[in-house]
Amino acid sequence: MNNGTEMNNASDMHKGTEMNNIALDSTVETKSASFMNTHKSPRQLKRERADKRFHWYGFTAIAMALAFLVFFFIDIIGQALPAFDKTEVQVTINYTQAATKNYNKAVDKSVRRIVSRAWLRSIPQYLQAHPEMIGSSHVEWVPADSRVDQFIKEHDGHGLKSKYQRTVKKMQQENRVRSVFNTTLFTRGDSKLPEYAGIWAAAVGSVFTLLITMLVAVPIGVMTAIYLEEFAADNRFTRLIEVNINNLAAIPSILYGLLGLAIFISFFGVPRSSALAGGLTLALMTLPVIIITTRASLRAVPESIREAAYGLGASNLQTAWHHVLPLAMPGILTGSIIGLAQAMGETAPLIIVGMMAYIPDAPTSILDATTVLPAQVYTWSTESLRGYSERTAAGILVLLTVLLSLNALAVKLRNRAQQTW
Amino acid sequence: MSTADLFLWFFGGLLPLSAMAYFLARGKALSVESNNVRLHSRPGFYGWYAVSWVALPALAVSLLGSVAHLFNLLEIPSTMLLATAFALGGAGLWYGLGHVKAEFRARQAVEKVMRGMLFTAATISILTTLGIVLSVVFESIRFFQVIPIWDFITGTQWQPDTAFLVGAGRADESVAPPLFGSLPIFAGTFMITLIAMLVAIPIGLFAAIYMSEYASHKSRGRLKPLLEILAGIPTVVYGFFAAITISPIVVEIAHSFGLEADYTNALAPGLIMGVMIIPFISSLSDDVIRAVPQHLRDGSLALGTTKAETIRHIVLPAAFPGIVAACLLAVSRAIGETMIVVMAAGLRPNLTANPLEGMTTVTVKIVEALTGDQEFDSAFTLSAFALGLVLLIITLILNIVSIIVVRKFRQRYE
Amino acid sequence: MNSDTTTHNETKISIRDLKLWYGDFEALHGIDLDILSGKVTAFIGPSGCGKSTFLRTMNRMNDRIPSCRVEGQILLEGQDIYAPEVDVVQLRTHVGMVFQKPNPFPKSIYENIAYAPRIHGLVSDGPDMDELVETSLKKASIWNEVKDKLQQSGTALSGGQQQRLCIARTIAVKPDVILMDEPCSALDPIATAKIEELMDELKQEFTIVIVTHNMQQAARVSDYTAYFYLGDLIEYADTHTIFTAPKHQKTEDYITGRFG
Repeated sequence: MNNGTEMNNASDMHKGTEMNNIALDSTVETKSASFMNTHKSPRQLKRERADKRFHWYGFTAIAMALAFLVFFFIDIIGQALPAFDKTEVQVTINYTQAATKNYNKAVDKSVRRIVSRAWLRSIPQYLQAHPEMIGSSHVEWVPADSRVDQFIKEHDGHGLKSKYQRTVKKMQQENRVRSVFNTTLFTRGDSKLPEYAGIWAAAVGSVFTLLITMLVAVPIGVMTAIYLEEFAADNRFTRLIEVNINNLAAIPSILYGLLGLAIFISFFGVPRSSALAGGLTLALMTLPVIIITTRASLRAVPESIREAAYGLGASNLQTAWHHVLPLAMPGILTGSIIGLAQAMGETAPLIIVGMMAYIPDAPTSILDATTVLPAQVYTWSTESLRGYSERTAAGILVLLTVLLSLNALAVKLRNRAQQTW
Repeated sequence: MSTADLFLWFFGGLLPLSAMAYFLARGKALSVESNNVRLHSRPGFYGWYAVSWVALPALAVSLLGSVAHLFNLLEIPSTMLLATAFALGGAGLWYGLGHVKAEFRARQAVEKVMRGMLFTAATISILTTLGIVLSVVFESIRFFQVIPIWDFITGTQWQPDTAFLVGAGRADESVAPPLFGSLPIFAGTFMITLIAMLVAIPIGLFAAIYMSEYASHKSRGRLKPLLEILAGIPTVVYGFFAAITISPIVVEIAHSFGLEADYTNALAPGLIMGVMIIPFISSLSDDVIRAVPQHLRDGSLALGTTKAETIRHIVLPAAFPGIVAACLLAVSRAIGETMIVVMAAGLRPNLTANPLEGMTTVTVKIVEALTGDQEFDSAFTLSAFALGLVLLIITLILNIVSIIVVRKFRQRYE
Repeated sequence: MNSDTTTHNETKISIRDLKLWYGDFEALHGIDLDILSGKVTAFIGPSGCGKSTFLRTMNRMNDRIPSCRVEGQILLEGQDIYAPEVDVVQLRTHVGMVFQKPNPFPKSIYENIAYAPRIHGLVSDGPDMDELVETSLKKASIWNEVKDKLQQSGTALSGGQQQRLCIARTIAVKPDVILMDEPCSALDPIATAKIEELMDELKQEFTIVIVTHNMQQAARVSDYTAYFYLGDLIEYADTHTIFTAPKHQKTEDYITGRFG
């Protein structure tokens, strides 16, 4: 390497200098004469290690986040799965005259605490509807008490007294205990007894609430976005709206709850706990999300398309309506779905407007008191009975399935839109 | 007549009427056109013109009527209101049909109406902000009439238990006055926020660096949505997970080190909140890091620096304002987060620096005050709005600062 | 070419049968070329002829493009820079690069220069670094313009000053070879003239390879010129020969402006 000499002379100038004030390393060195890996200075090795370490940090960060995700889903699914099974026991039911007044008389004393109290209580009603049954007796599979259910599932804290444990064990030997798919979970509303508690009422409430949210937030949000993107002059008022939307997106959801409580409920007299109150509150919360995503997709429509339309003599409105909006549609849909999915999982503002009350029945109108899925999850999570905690997890699993499907749909739509562009 | 019935009647009447207006006006325009007369606008516009004359006055009248009713200004029977609205709609139909003439500029008129409607929609966002600010401010003023603002800001004791007695006028000498010192509540909020940031900022930032600088285009396309799942999980779910799964783990680990930990410790909700916030930081930082011009990286690499050195000394400093903005938004997110702390943090205000102890936050206290059974006017309930006011102010400041920082960043590279 | 300079004509970089693909597209079809030490070598040719791509293979900046694949040899002082044991990072301290668009770092002028020497540990901070910054800026003939504002941001300079700052930044690492990828295409004529002047001084110390689509520039600054066309090296000779007596018809067409 003949020509290296000149360069080496240049760096010799610095070779013998005093080594104070050192920034990165404790040694000052000449640049290595070669770029081959075979002779590396300690400094080079150190830099290489630092480079690898940095890469590794990044990888670890991603890995940690994903590991959490995996752990989280395994944990939730593990907790939720038992809730999809329920225990039934086979008992003899005596539809005696006495049972029409005192439901306790319908079954033998030994199994009175084994069967579900909620089922037991329904007997007098049943007999009122079917008087022909009085006097007969049947052997039937009936839902077991939640404590029995938890005992069969071998959960800690099942709370079943040892004398009933013996009864259950004996029944098990007689094949009078079975486990079936828990339809109750999907067909019933909340209950004070875990074995009768389900998510149906909350699911209907969620649908009602989201319908209101969608009907209010999507049109207003899309219209606002069209106004700002296609019509608004660049003046002070427009900028005020823009900054304002940005701020609204950052305001904590619980403050929307305060708004709903003070404005919709106290001021306008919308019934507390109703789907209307909750839906309107969520609509205001979702509005900025829809506006921001819609604007982004409107902005992504190439200017050349607008110019082409104007060039043919189309008006502002015709251009927006016939050309820009159809092209921006997938983006608008994606944004709306993401906004609604967010609203669907939201709890805090709904608690404030009273949607966490004990409501066992599905609502029939938007003015009925109702609860929603996440609020139901919250209510159950505060219950101390062991039977509720697996139902909480099951409710979470249902909620997550719906939300993730919605988000996957949104991502799919977005990808498709990008492909056709 | 119930409100729901009224709605049904109103829209049940108005919609067919509007449809009728559209087809009549359009049909008339078409028949004019068939006589070889050139109309100013397309026939559809005459249809829409008639529709706006039918629907808008009817809507305006019924809206005015209900607002007047709401403020008890005057009592109009709902049936009469309905009749007036329909009468106006009919008159509008007649008027609109009368304008189907060749020289009438229906398109301009319709576009004016549309533009007005779009503008009205845009003002709703302003009204929302106004609604939030007013609802929080007015109730806070009522609160501060009872509790001196200085006591609220600097007090270290939060004991509102006797507020309902005072509210009911039943307090006597034997009852200690309620105390609303918010300092321990804010201390708890900041502690949990701090823990969340200690988790979210390093992980989120390094995840962003990995995605933008190291991962291939393809794996980035897969990693980003996966990470964003973390932001899509409802907070109530995180709350359950923090309370049921993480809290006991924290307590156990603390135990194995010989430390005492409460089940309502600040660590569990803080950690989980941090995980929730990772995608906020990673997505926003990923965007700003990718916005750093490629030629800066090339310039640095051509000087013989390693990739890590280029990232640390050139890319990250250039992206710094954007990253700061992302972190500020994340902080405001953490401060306002509710469900995780409601479910996993404590209820008892606790002025301590030990994250293993239970402590409470602003949002927990807001929920507690508004879901209790105290009447709306008691200082206890109103305290929720005062706390909400502070929360609003902090969020707005953080957001505005981050907007300014981002704007500075954009100016530098656009 | 006078005879006593030819005694210094040693090969700095020799390229042997270099092929390059972007995915399935072959962008370079087997280039053979020797770049002489202490000279300015210019690559000319119409856009898309592969001259910039070729330049970037010489300090492996093309490694950053995932779909890019290289075959053949590039020998820097006899060592193949595409050999598996090569440390790309160290390679780039030997072969520096100046880009088409001036790209000063958003740091102070001083820090722009000091950044790489500090990382490489060439000089410690303090008077030595001050001296290195000063000599680098002087060699890039920008010292007089910036000596009073070393702490100001490098991005605040004019385009031509920014480009000279980038050259100074490259010199500070003391490379053997400086690659210049159309360094003047974003500059005005006055700034261009300054950089051309500068190149003449720099070749005393460095081997310079410049890509340009400005033929006058190639004629003015370079000792040797290579003409590229559609991924092939058509002709390579000393600049005087290329511009006065090109052997190849395509070269002649291009330099006489009949096409390109």
